Amino acid sequence: MSRAALLVLADGRFPAGGHAHSGGAEEAVKAGRVTDAASLADFCRGRLHTTGLVSASLAAAAAAGTDPAALDAAADARTPSPALRTAARRLGRQLLRAARATWPGAELDALARRFPKGAHQPVVLGLVARAAGLGPLDAAYCAAYESVSGPATATVRLLSLDPFDATAVLARLAPELDRVADRAVEAARRVADEGVDALPAASAPLLETGAQAHAGWPVRLFAS
Amino acid sequence: MHLDHTHDGPAALGADARRPDGTRRALRIGLGGPVGSGKTATVAALCRALREELSLAVVTNDIYTREDAEFLLRHAVLPPERITAVETGACPHTAIRDDISANLEAVEDLEDETGPLDLVLVESGGDNLTATFSKGLVDAQIFVIDVAGGDDIPRKGGPGVTTADLLVVNKTDLAPYVGSDLGRMAADAEAQRGGLPVVFQSLRSETGVADVAAWVRARLAAWTA
Repeated sequence: MSRAALLVLADGRFPAGGHAHSGGAEEAVKAGRVTDAASLADFCRGRLHTTGLVSASLAAAAAAGTDPAALDAAADARTPSPALRTAARRLGRQLLRAARATWPGAELDALARRFPKGAHQPVVLGLVARAAGLGPLDAAYCAAYESVSGPATATVRLLSLDPFDATAVLARLAPELDRVADRAVEAARRVADEGVDALPAASAPLLETGAQAHAGWPVRLFAS
Repeated sequence: MHLDHTHDGPAALGADARRPDGTRRALRIGLGGPVGSGKTATVAALCRALREELSLAVVTNDIYTREDAEFLLRHAVLPPERITAVETGACPHTAIRDDISANLEAVEDLEDETGPLDLVLVESGGDNLTATFSKGLVDAQIFVIDVAGGDDIPRKGGPGVTTADLLVVNKTDLAPYVGSDLGRMAADAEAQRGGLPVVFQSLRSETGVADVAAWVRARLAAWTA
């Protein structure tokens, strides 16, 4: 196993489609809930402990070898918004394409065969981490970090926010990212005995309803 | 489940010339260039010129709307199922060069759902003179500029003007009104491009898109040879 593989996978420039998604930030900016670095920090903290925790747990469980179909169904159950399900599957498909080219292997090919239109992105992420020789904690870190780095980058574009301020928001969240990744791995560990119901189901209703509204906008910068 | 001939996996990853079922995929041609230079109008004209002889589809990459796709739909240049819009997160050049996964999915889905196709046109959102398509996404690219954008653009060069497989200088009918020197543009383009072809066109003229359509036909003949 190479730790450096984690850097390749977690790099925001890894070509898996994330650049076109704001993680709900575009809707939150338009609704006036994110206006500056302080409100961006609040938004990211909320997303980290809800969507981020759920995603990190799914990714950790997938990296630990849990059946991806069971995890994909668990992800559906934790994603009420059809728009978010669609976005998650689209991103999962894009990630799988990039990963099959970068870390080719039978497990990823099998996943592509089983989900030709894409599985939920965190589930794919966990299996990609496995293919890259990484473990459940690495997968959890990737998912948790993506849950906040996406909105932070998008907000720089949406608000012309100072990029140093946006990056500082991410840096201040680092200790919380550690805790979320640890919780995710702990939950994933329990899946072996208790099944996927042991995974967290922390919900962010505003992200869900906002994503539905956003999907109907005629003019928008981001796909979600 | 279909049989895999060229992959040990289930679906295409990138620019392989063969589809997973072993058939040759459609030729993919990208059209890029600055905002307002006439990319969408050229795509529409190409569709009208080629749709009787070829099976074709279009992917648009708008910056923040679906306007380009809707323009093509409104003008009914192709049936709606043959036009797909990709959202680019405010970065059109990223979606055609640095992270092409959404565009690859769009072209493959068009081919799966409406194929077999001979040709897919991938139109970039209007960007700047440095925007070029990845070779992982398209087989050839057309860069569209116009005379009203300034007759010094060919001289300034840049990756689009210099390296595109075809440079189109559009709206030549406007040259007298904006004081653009077509001779100078042609000489500068030739100097920058080292023999790569250049087409001067006005879609309002009788010739219209014919020269570009002829170039596309030649690329397609080479692709299927």
